[in-house]
Amino acid sequence: MPKMTLSHMEASLLFALLASVVLGIVTKRSDRERMLYGAYCFVCFIGALFGLGWLMYLGHR
Amino acid sequence: MSASKTPISAWLPIVALAWLVPGGGHFMLKRTTRAALLFGCCLLALLAGLMMRGAMFSPQTGDLFTTLIYCGGFVANLCSGIFYLLTVWMGYAQPDVAGHVHDYGTKFLVAAGLMNLLAVVDAFEIATGRKS
Repeated sequence: MPKMTLSHMEASLLFALLASVVLGIVTKRSDRERMLYGAYCFVCFIGALFGLGWLMYLGHR
Repeated sequence: MSASKTPISAWLPIVALAWLVPGGGHFMLKRTTRAALLFGCCLLALLAGLMMRGAMFSPQTGDLFTTLIYCGGFVANLCSGIFYLLTVWMGYAQPDVAGHVHDYGTKFLVAAGLMNLLAVVDAFEIATGRKS
């Protein structure tokens, strides 16, 4: 098994992508709603990632 | 038909297959696109976890925090179904070592199981007629 080294950003993006697809599939009833909710979850993950990142950066200045 | 009125024989094989093979329940219910996406997501998360040399949890007891983390992590790993079984049967035994990449790997392995758990619940709801 090859070894993979991801940065925090890359690992977070991969997790956000996979979790958004699964959340979109299991929570909504139509394909359109699933795609919209998956995209919404992905944007929320990214928003939280950058928001918390900036919060930690400013908290440590 | 409500879940309580659905005979157990109608949903138990679907739930069992959904646990064993991620997306298998949806495939059995002829939701092939969703099945393929669920399978792909769980497989990718598990492979990422393995390639980052994440640790699999084994149940340990002690104080409440230790019990929660290790037993909860073990159950989450177990939810990956055949992926977890294959990984263990093939002798994957990564020790829990310090380092952020290993830590991400451990979380990806747990996330793969939790994603499959969501898929199992969804397959159950479809099988009992609560969802389409």
